[in-house]
Amino acid sequence: MAQRGTINLVSVTKRFGETVAVDNINLTLPGGAYCCLLGPSGCGKTTILRMIAGHETPTEGQVFIDNENVTGLPPVRRGTAMMFQNYALFPHLTCLDNVAFNLKMTGVPKPQRRTRARDMLARVQMEAFSERMPAQLSGGQQQRIALARSLITNPRVLLLDEPLSALDEFLRLQMRGELRRMQRELGITFVHVTHTQPEAIALADMVVVMDQGHIEQAASARTVYAEPHTAYVARFMGGQNVLFGRVGHVAAGTVALDLEGGGRAEFQIDKAPAVGSLIYISIRRDRIHLAKPSHNEEKNSANTVAGKVRAIEYQGSWVKLTLEGVSPDDFVLNLPDSEFFAHPVKTGDVVNARWAPESVHILTGGAGQGDRPYAKGQN
Amino acid sequence: MQQQQFGKRPWSFYFLATFFTLFVLFLYGPMFAIYVLSFQGPSGGLTFPMNGFSFDWFVALFGQQRTGDIRGSFGRSISLALMVLALTVIISVMAGVAFRRRFVGSTFVFYMAIASLIMPGLLISLGAPIMFQKLLGMNTNWYTTALGAQLTWTLPFGLLIMFAVFNRFNRAYEEAAYDLSATTRQTYQYVVLPILLPGIIGVALFGFTLSYDEFPRTLYTVGPRNTLPLEIWNMTTNVTSPALYALGTVTTAVSFVVITLALGSIALIQRRRLKHNLDGESAGASQIALAEADR
Repeated sequence: MAQRGTINLVSVTKRFGETVAVDNINLTLPGGAYCCLLGPSGCGKTTILRMIAGHETPTEGQVFIDNENVTGLPPVRRGTAMMFQNYALFPHLTCLDNVAFNLKMTGVPKPQRRTRARDMLARVQMEAFSERMPAQLSGGQQQRIALARSLITNPRVLLLDEPLSALDEFLRLQMRGELRRMQRELGITFVHVTHTQPEAIALADMVVVMDQGHIEQAASARTVYAEPHTAYVARFMGGQNVLFGRVGHVAAGTVALDLEGGGRAEFQIDKAPAVGSLIYISIRRDRIHLAKPSHNEEKNSANTVAGKVRAIEYQGSWVKLTLEGVSPDDFVLNLPDSEFFAHPVKTGDVVNARWAPESVHILTGGAGQGDRPYAKGQN
Repeated sequence: MQQQQFGKRPWSFYFLATFFTLFVLFLYGPMFAIYVLSFQGPSGGLTFPMNGFSFDWFVALFGQQRTGDIRGSFGRSISLALMVLALTVIISVMAGVAFRRRFVGSTFVFYMAIASLIMPGLLISLGAPIMFQKLLGMNTNWYTTALGAQLTWTLPFGLLIMFAVFNRFNRAYEEAAYDLSATTRQTYQYVVLPILLPGIIGVALFGFTLSYDEFPRTLYTVGPRNTLPLEIWNMTTNVTSPALYALGTVTTAVSFVVITLALGSIALIQRRRLKHNLDGESAGASQIALAEADR
C-alpha cells in the first residue's frame, strides 16, 4: 500500500480553447514526498497543480488521490489544500481570522476555532501577529500565515503555487528551508510549482521537469541534475554542456562521435548505435578542464574541443569560463580557482578544453519532446 | 521626486495654471457667492453688497409656506434618494456578479443598459407618464414614476462602477475561499462582498447624489408633489428673496454630509485593514524585532 497522499494523473490533457496546456500526461507523485514541478512559464506546471487542487477540470483523463478518482470533485472533498501565488490572504480579516477561515466555514464553534487557529499560528511562529492585518506583514510572514491557513484543513496533499517567487533572495532561502522542515514534520505530500532550478533540486525528493505540456523527466533531484534524460532537461537544469553529433565509428564498446561544431567525443556505450545516427551527450561544467597550452598535440585528440574565451567570471571557489565556437550552445567550464589561477587565460584566447571519457553522459531521450533544440538553459 | 530648481518654467506651466485657476473660479465662485448671500441681513436684497448679517432667511425657509413646500420636498427628495440608493446598490452588485461570466447576449444587454447614459433625460421624463398612464393605468408619483426614471440614470453608473470594481478583484481570493471549504454563498458573504465594500459604498454614494439633485428625468415623472430640485426651480420663478440662497446652502450642506459619511466610511474600512490593533501596539517593540529577524 502506497503512503497516504499518493497522486496519480492518468492520461490527463487540458485544453484552453485551441491551446493545449497539458498534453496527455501520466504521472505518479509518491505520498509523503516533496515534489517539485519545474519548467519555464507556460509549460503547464501550474495547470497540473490546479487540476490536482480541483480549481481546473481536465479536458481528458483522470486524477486519483490515494486510488480515489477525484476528477470533478470540488477542492473540499479532495483532502488537498492550496497555497496560492502571492498567498491570497483575505485583506479584510486578521491573521487569526484568516487561519480560522476554514473552521468558520465548516461550522466549528468560535472558542474551538480560535484555539485551534492560535495553535496553528504558534506552529509557524506567528502567534504574536494574530491580530494583525495581512497588509501589515512582510512577505515571509504572509507566507507563514498562508501556510497555517492551508494546514488547518489537515490536508493529505499541500499544493504550493510558486510560493517563494514573491520573496527577496535572502528570505527565499530561509523560507525554502522552513517549507522543507515543515514537510518533514507533517509527513504529507507537498507539490511545489517553481521555475527556479536550484529551488527544485534543493527541496525536492522528486523533480518533474516539464516543457510545453509534456513531462521531460520525473526523477530524484540528483538524477535529474546529474543524469538528464534529454538535452532539454540538461540545458534547463543548468550546469551541463550539451553537445551532439553523428556516430563516426564503433569499436569494442567505444563509440566515436563527430561533434557538431568540430571535435570528436569518444566514450563507452552499452548498446552500440548505428554509424551515422544522431546522439546527444552532456558533460558537466565542473568535469571539463583546460589542456595545458604546451600540449598542442592534444588538439586533435578525442574529447578535446577548441574555442575562444568569450567571458571569464570569478565566482569565488571557481571560475566560470565561457567559450564560443565549440557548439551551437555556449560551452561553459567551471574551473576550480586554483586551477585557473595556476594557468590563467584572457578573454579572446583560443584554448583547448578536454574531459575524461567517463564524464560523458548520453542523453538517451535525445533533444526532448519540445521542438526547440537550441533553447538555452539557465546559467 | 527631485524638483526642477533652475531655469524658467515652460510656457505650458502658465497656460495650465491659468486654465486651472479659471476652472476653480467657475466651480467655486458662484457657489461661494450664494453661500455668502444666504447670510444676508433682513433688509438685504438678492445681490451684493451685504446689508448686515443674519440667519433670517434660513428661518424663513422652514418657517413659512410663502417660500414653497421646502420641508416636504426635502423629505421626499431624501426618501427618494435613499430608495434609489438601495435599489441601485442591490441591482448593480447583482448585475456586476452576473456580468463576471460571459453569458449569451451579455454584450447586447450591456449596451442596452449603457444607452440610457446618452439618452436625453427629458425624453424619458416626457415618455414615462404617457407609458404609465396609458398602458398601465397608473398615475405619476415621486415614489413610482420618478423612482423608475431616476433608476434609468443611476443603474448604468452603478453597473460601470461595479465593472471597474470586479475588474480589480483578484479571483484568487475566491479560489482560496473555495479551497478552504466555503460554499459559493459563504464565499460571497465572507470574502467577496466584504473585500468589495468600499466600491459598493461608492455605488451607493453615486446613487444617492445622482438622485438627490436629479432634474430632467424627474420633471414630468414626479406627479403632484415636487422633489427639492423641482421645488427650487419653482421658487426661482416666484421667490425673490435670499431664502433661495439659504436653500442652496442647506442642500449643499446635505450633499456634503452624505459625501463625507461615504468617504469617511471607506477610509475607515481601509484603515481597519491596516490598523494596529491595541494588542499589536503593545507588542510593537517585540514585533519590530521579529520583523527585523525575519529580514
